[in-house]
Amino acid sequence: MALSAADKRALRTGISVGIAVAAYGVSFGALSVAAGLDIWQTCFLSLVLFSGGSQFAVIGIIASGGAAAGIPAIASSTFLALRNGIYSMRVAPIVGGGPWWRRIVAAQLTIDESTAVAIAQDEKSAQKVGFWTTGIAIYIGWNLATFAGALLGNLVGDVNKFGLDAVAAAAFVGLLWPRLKQLQAAAVAMVAAVLATILIPFTPPGVPVLAAAVVALVFGLTNWLHREPAAQVQPDDASEPLDTPGFHPGHEGAAS
Amino acid sequence: MTLWITVIIASVLSFVVKYTGYLIPQSMLEKPKFTRVTNLLTVAMLAALVAVQTLGAGQAIALDARIPAVIVAAILFTFRVPFIVVVAVAGIVAVVLRNLGWMA
Repeated sequence: MALSAADKRALRTGISVGIAVAAYGVSFGALSVAAGLDIWQTCFLSLVLFSGGSQFAVIGIIASGGAAAGIPAIASSTFLALRNGIYSMRVAPIVGGGPWWRRIVAAQLTIDESTAVAIAQDEKSAQKVGFWTTGIAIYIGWNLATFAGALLGNLVGDVNKFGLDAVAAAAFVGLLWPRLKQLQAAAVAMVAAVLATILIPFTPPGVPVLAAAVVALVFGLTNWLHREPAAQVQPDDASEPLDTPGFHPGHEGAAS
Repeated sequence: MTLWITVIIASVLSFVVKYTGYLIPQSMLEKPKFTRVTNLLTVAMLAALVAVQTLGAGQAIALDARIPAVIVAAILFTFRVPFIVVVAVAGIVAVVLRNLGWMA
């Protein structure tokens, strides 16, 4: 297959994003075993769930509530993963064709970074190359790193001595920051954070995070504090993916 | 509920969400309420997770080295410092403050 210059650029971007994200998978692996999951459960999350934010949500809630916090862990993970469904709709015209099995693989690889790299490319073939390279590079790197991190976490025991608890919190900040450009989003973030904090002592672990979904529903359904008129999605405009309505991935290199 | 059940259900649901996006019509993207609620859900969950991961210790609130680490991270992210660098710095801030004995 001959690659154009644009294809090669997409390829290079995909691989570099993949390596950056993979490096960070080590902390997921280590934190996951510290949260009480075993190595296989940890690897299963990276292999099958494969969405960084949701994976950190699951282990964060399990860390505070144990196996009893299963339901809020599942619900929080899924609410957080809903954005991947939007990404799927965005990239379906690019990579949704072909045999059914290829669509299943594409679906599994549909995350913040693969979508961001894909729609940042101008040409259709480069979009395809960008999606697949980024998705595959992250999938392989993230899973290897998870496994290494889980082994490492088992060895060192108390990962908080290495500041990994702060790493987890900072990672969520990194995923959140690029999404706060609009007043409405910033207001939702503030209210959700305050509500969650207030609920920590009064509710079972996991519930404070889950309760934040109510804030999103109230603001989203009433469209409270929204400044612009309802925006239209323009699937052909990939020049500024981060500002496209209906699409707010983390910046390139963020965790999936 | 065992940990395995949690891990498997959360993982399967994640795939179902991703795959569903390939099946439903593109016109859904033009429904502002649909995309808005989804985007705000992401924001709300992430913000709550920042709060709980920074301040929570089981069912108690603990003020420790995570707070300065997260503040430093927020500042660095504002200046568009790469993700991997920021999370590493956040970890280092926490470690240094703990080793100096200034914070738990």
